[in-house]
Amino acid sequence: MSFAIKDRTAFGSAGTVGARVWKHRALYLMLLPPILYYLMFRYAPLYGTTIAFKDFKVRSGILGSEWADPLFVHFSQFFRSPYFAQLLRNTLLISLYKLIWGMPFSILLAVAISEIGSKPFKRIAQTVTYMPHFLSWVIVYGITYALLSESMGLVNHVIRASTGTTVNFLSEPRFFRGIIVGSEIWRDVGWGAIIYLAAISGIDPTLYEAARIDGASRTQMVFRITLPSIATVIVVLLTLRMGRILEAGFEQVYVFYNVRVYSVGDIIDTWVFRTGLEQWSFSLASAVGLFKSAIGMILILTVNAFAKRWGHSVW
Amino acid sequence: MVAVRETFSDRLFLFACYTFLTIMAFLAVFPLLYVVSVSITPFEEVLRHGGFVVVPRKVTLEAYAQFLSRTTIPRAYLVTTYITIAGTAINLFLTTLLAYPLSRKSLPGRGALLIFVILPMVFTGGIIPTYIVVRSYGLLNTYWAMMLPWAIWTFNAVVMKTFFEQIEQSLLDAATIDGAGEFTVLWRIVLPLSLPVLSTVGLFYGVNHWNEFFQAIMYISDPDMLPLQPVLRNILIGAESPTVDSVDVTLPADTLKMAAVVLTALPILMVYPFLQKHFTKGVLLGSVKG
Repeated sequence: MSFAIKDRTAFGSAGTVGARVWKHRALYLMLLPPILYYLMFRYAPLYGTTIAFKDFKVRSGILGSEWADPLFVHFSQFFRSPYFAQLLRNTLLISLYKLIWGMPFSILLAVAISEIGSKPFKRIAQTVTYMPHFLSWVIVYGITYALLSESMGLVNHVIRASTGTTVNFLSEPRFFRGIIVGSEIWRDVGWGAIIYLAAISGIDPTLYEAARIDGASRTQMVFRITLPSIATVIVVLLTLRMGRILEAGFEQVYVFYNVRVYSVGDIIDTWVFRTGLEQWSFSLASAVGLFKSAIGMILILTVNAFAKRWGHSVW
Repeated sequence: MVAVRETFSDRLFLFACYTFLTIMAFLAVFPLLYVVSVSITPFEEVLRHGGFVVVPRKVTLEAYAQFLSRTTIPRAYLVTTYITIAGTAINLFLTTLLAYPLSRKSLPGRGALLIFVILPMVFTGGIIPTYIVVRSYGLLNTYWAMMLPWAIWTFNAVVMKTFFEQIEQSLLDAATIDGAGEFTVLWRIVLPLSLPVLSTVGLFYGVNHWNEFFQAIMYISDPDMLPLQPVLRNILIGAESPTVDSVDVTLPADTLKMAAVVLTALPILMVYPFLQKHFTKGVLLGSVKG
């Protein structure tokens, strides 16, 4: 062990903190650039959140801007605005729908892949279903456009052929959330299956052999062995996802939405982005962002406490 | 496995599995094929069928030729390639410098340091304060703005740290006794043994840079400095006219749009099958406790 070696170093009183720090000076030197990075790009924005309590002016900077009067004026403005309920509802609904629809598909995919015997088929199914995960949201939007747009959408082509009219899927509020959830599943169903597959491959094979001898059918084995064995993994993943329930998919929504679907598609992040960077209401946008960060922190700490109890943790 | 005769219900179940997987694989691939098909369809085919079809009888590569002869997309390719290579190099450099000291359990202050890096994961500054900070550093309209703000993903650093911790401690001790400094140990012993984790983490960083969108639209207003994704978005929503500056329009606008989609997706799709193994490993690395 390194302790034994350290005690034999030339620094006599190896136990003192100073000597131990000196011995590791090269490691601290290595840490300088990363620490500088964290201070500049992670901690400075934390300090920057104070503008939520100020009337921020670009020219005065964070420090020079006047404190808001009253201090929480930007928060109360947001809570009293009609946006508050709408943004919260859109964010939670989109997030929940993704969870509720996405997880079963991934589990189903993992079970199906693990059940089939043909190795090449397995490999091809995995390679092909993981692939969309690596496409950017802009590309996924392009693909969605190819299927659903009025001008060239394949779906509209079929609808036009049978009814003579077209449906503007991409700009109609009643379709928007479905498109967001659907495209998310299309992109990430395979990726989400990887972790369940790993859990399934960790199941003791003798369980299946014993069940076989007892005359269990494949269907019974899935319901009596496979699913119960990965139940913990499912619950832990579900819990951890709940911790990020306010993350409805900023980039995806931003790429997919337009003014006509704001009522159902505008989420906290997109609103903050527009309010801050397009309307230059920095303080109001920061207040809303801070509100989201605070709730997010409480959620993550809570679910992590639960997950830890089950032997897992976010970090 | 014990040889037990498959019953009819077992066969039915297997058949259902194969069918389900075939449908899923088809759904993953088919939209892409349709995009490719539209991108090579000339106007006369659209007129003949009253719209686009999955298998056109005549094809043209005109849309690709148009894009590659104009500057927008080739320039965006250069920008994206640059931030992918340079950005990933910065990522790996800084992440290693963080992960290696953290992997040394004897380092005084290690616990405090871990809290220092994990805290901003739990509580983030948010979009607007980050923008103001990046702006105050004078990074607006520089390529740095797309590479520095996320130079270290704490998650990746933890994955790397966990990997380093599994390296035989006696190897490092032996080198130290032979008089090697920490930098030598890291460069000569730890990194050569860590190629699997370096490639996995590097791939995740790399793909993320290739798909860079948000930081570009936040920090870059000079259109000549935009990477591929925002350029593609401008083409898709019609903010940037995909057709050549007027004169004769020989191609449907949608054909050009889809050609742009294919051009953007192609590099990822070409390297993906070879790298898939590393990616899959990465997901599982992350689920191992750090």
